[in-house]
Amino acid sequence: MTHSVIKLTTTPEDHRIAQLAAAAIGLALIDAAIPLPLPGIKPGLSNIVTLIVLARYGWVTAAWVCALRVIAGGLLLGQFLSPGFFMSLSGALLSLLVLALAIHLPKHCFGPVSWSILAAFAHIGGQLLLARLWLIPHNGLFYLVPLFASAALAFGIINGLIAARLLANLPAVGTGVNND
Amino acid sequence: MSWLSLFKPGDWLLAGLGAFLCALSFPLAWQGGAADKAVIKQGGEIFAELDLSRNRRIEVPGPLGMTTVAVEKRRVRVVSDPGVRQYCVRQGWLRRAGEIAICAPNQVSVQVLGGKDVYDSLSY
Repeated sequence: MTHSVIKLTTTPEDHRIAQLAAAAIGLALIDAAIPLPLPGIKPGLSNIVTLIVLARYGWVTAAWVCALRVIAGGLLLGQFLSPGFFMSLSGALLSLLVLALAIHLPKHCFGPVSWSILAAFAHIGGQLLLARLWLIPHNGLFYLVPLFASAALAFGIINGLIAARLLANLPAVGTGVNND
Repeated sequence: MSWLSLFKPGDWLLAGLGAFLCALSFPLAWQGGAADKAVIKQGGEIFAELDLSRNRRIEVPGPLGMTTVAVEKRRVRVVSDPGVRQYCVRQGWLRRAGEIAICAPNQVSVQVLGGKDVYDSLSY
């Protein structure tokens, strides 16, 4: 048997994504441990990381961090490929899509709080869509829309504020931010 | 640093818009089954249609005597009925679309109808 070494070459960008994803996964685990009255309502703390990454390193890095968080978070919580995982995935995908548009809003008017609110609504929208199409194919689901929407707004604002505050306190990035 | 200073003008706008949408979603999602009117039938024929927004009391003649139906605060009930078992009276206030009280002996029925019928018929 020949001895072979598989060497993965990683770039500093890969390291950065890994570090940020690790932070997001940690927050996702904390998120899952917080008891809340209604399934489907969660603070979504790991989205704070997504917002910060979006503001500092751009959408592509944010999408990587978000996707890694969903997959690794699903594995760690034992819900990988379960309905809960797909709910999380559909929410993440739709909110990433909305964020791709939201970062083009004029910067002097719309900050991380705006992004967070939009992403939170997109997140719950994606989840409701998947739930309606696949898990609970009944319009009774929409009775819960007001609760989900209110929670999305509240947690969207809170997460956005936390992200904005952290961004204000962080030192500037040398590499420069390019969201365009 | 105050938290409020982290809000940009557009953030206020979006938060306000979000709050408005949330407020709007409550009546939209939860008004299903709200009642509009009560239909009173006698012997299978429509005897009267009562608007639930106006309080009133109506006497319905049947083979056994008078059945009294009352509308109050967007609800309707059978106040009195000459029937023996009084099932329709004991059913109490009807408020959701589809709910029905049937006074079979006197051939009178009272059914609540709404703009959007969630149930074909509800009885207990």
